[in-house]
Amino acid sequence: MKLLARGTSLFLLMVGWLTSSCQQNGVFSTTQLDLQTETISTEFKNPWSFAILPDGRMLVTEKEGELFILENGVKSEPVAGLPEIFVRGQGGLMDLELHPSYDENGWIYISYGSSSDGREGNTTVMRAKLEGNTLTDQEVIFKAEPDSRRGQHWGGRMEFDKEGYLYISVGDRGARDENPQSLENHSGKIHRVHDDGSVPSDNPFVNVDRAVASIYSYGHRNPQGMALNPTTGEIWTHEHGPRGGDELNVIRAGNNYGWPVITYGINYNGTEITPLTDKEGMQQPVTYWVPSIAPCGMTFITGDIYPEWEGSIILGSLKYQYLHRCEMLGNKVIMQEKVLDGFGRMRTVRQGPDGYLYCSIEGKGIFKIIPVRS
Amino acid sequence: MKYWIISLVTACFVSFQQDNDLAASMERGKEIYEDFCIACHQADGKGLPGAFPPLANSDYLLNKREASIRAVKYGQQGEIVVNDVTYNAIMTPLYLADDEVADVMNYILHSWENKGGEMVTLEEVEKVKEVEEAKE
Repeated sequence: MKLLARGTSLFLLMVGWLTSSCQQNGVFSTTQLDLQTETISTEFKNPWSFAILPDGRMLVTEKEGELFILENGVKSEPVAGLPEIFVRGQGGLMDLELHPSYDENGWIYISYGSSSDGREGNTTVMRAKLEGNTLTDQEVIFKAEPDSRRGQHWGGRMEFDKEGYLYISVGDRGARDENPQSLENHSGKIHRVHDDGSVPSDNPFVNVDRAVASIYSYGHRNPQGMALNPTTGEIWTHEHGPRGGDELNVIRAGNNYGWPVITYGINYNGTEITPLTDKEGMQQPVTYWVPSIAPCGMTFITGDIYPEWEGSIILGSLKYQYLHRCEMLGNKVIMQEKVLDGFGRMRTVRQGPDGYLYCSIEGKGIFKIIPVRS
Repeated sequence: MKYWIISLVTACFVSFQQDNDLAASMERGKEIYEDFCIACHQADGKGLPGAFPPLANSDYLLNKREASIRAVKYGQQGEIVVNDVTYNAIMTPLYLADDEVADVMNYILHSWENKGGEMVTLEEVEKVKEVEEAKE
């Protein structure tokens, strides 16, 4: 019986891998749930991220540098008071995050590309408050250095942990041999700061000569997904590998995640980046994807709406245009499946205050994901 | 006879100069390509079946020069048919400068055995507007 059970679960696991969810009459089937989508708005070009305010209104970033309020599906005029945003390649106006005590202090965190000369830029974070349709009390609390003309790998994700620290991802800015393994610049790192941008005195490299004190972990390529694991309280990220080698990681103080010394990916032209996939002193990912799925956006499922998925990680696939579900057992991925296969290039996925999943999709808009229960 | 020789030499020189300009533009374009394009369209220009259309031996690129420049300059959305396969994805705007658009166009038009015709110039890119202008 035990054997049979094991055989069954193995079988289910394989089914999970092999079945992509299929769509019929607007219903997307997965192994455990049937889902429908509800359109919240289609009036966005490239909604990189969104945040849902306690009153149900949504703030939405357009990557090209505009911020909007979405109320009952109606899009506002562009919100005034944004900083000057440097848009180039994968960079522009990126993530939004609310302060854990947003109800009391109203702080909204905004990540974006900034440039001092209009030619080169890097990832920057401002916090501000929203009054009517205008941002006020703007403070730049983080600026990654050095600026670069390269178009790729800005990172730009933010997340607060349970203790109120803010984590910010910055990609390697296309300079893999210079940035990720050096502690003397901001690129290719996860940073940890206080809510006002000041550096916690117990950050891992504060006492290291010439190291950037906000660095919390290093050796990253381009992390575009970050989420608090509600069970363990740890910050999880995923990152784009090169050709293959996308990774899911648990972020811990001082860790080196290895890029580009170790990777499961290869160069886009098929040549080897490194013969190594593991090395002492460098972290192995929780899981990795070959071929790449191009992950973007990420959340852990909690609450009453999707009990079958409790504890699962949902992340977006830019490349194959679906949501990817990782069923977890502790820190292990035990099953993976496609959700909303072919629905679009997913940028951000979040659970709202109402417990429902929402996703923003390039060229398509913002959607709510609703289980179909008979 | 003398004039004939001079004009032949001049013609050769001009053509040689153009080849040089094209090679230099392609060299700059290769850097742009490896920075902005390669993740989707791949090093061999073959794209990714079902997701990203090919640039190598692409009838769309080679026959629809202006639309291709427009896509690089402003992004591309909606259905396009490339080598009889329909793609319906989005390429968000890259925010390249016009000279960078020309360089990367020259790179993709003349790589992977593509025969992309005349060199794309800065002036040609500048003339391409976001929405196709009505032809009279």
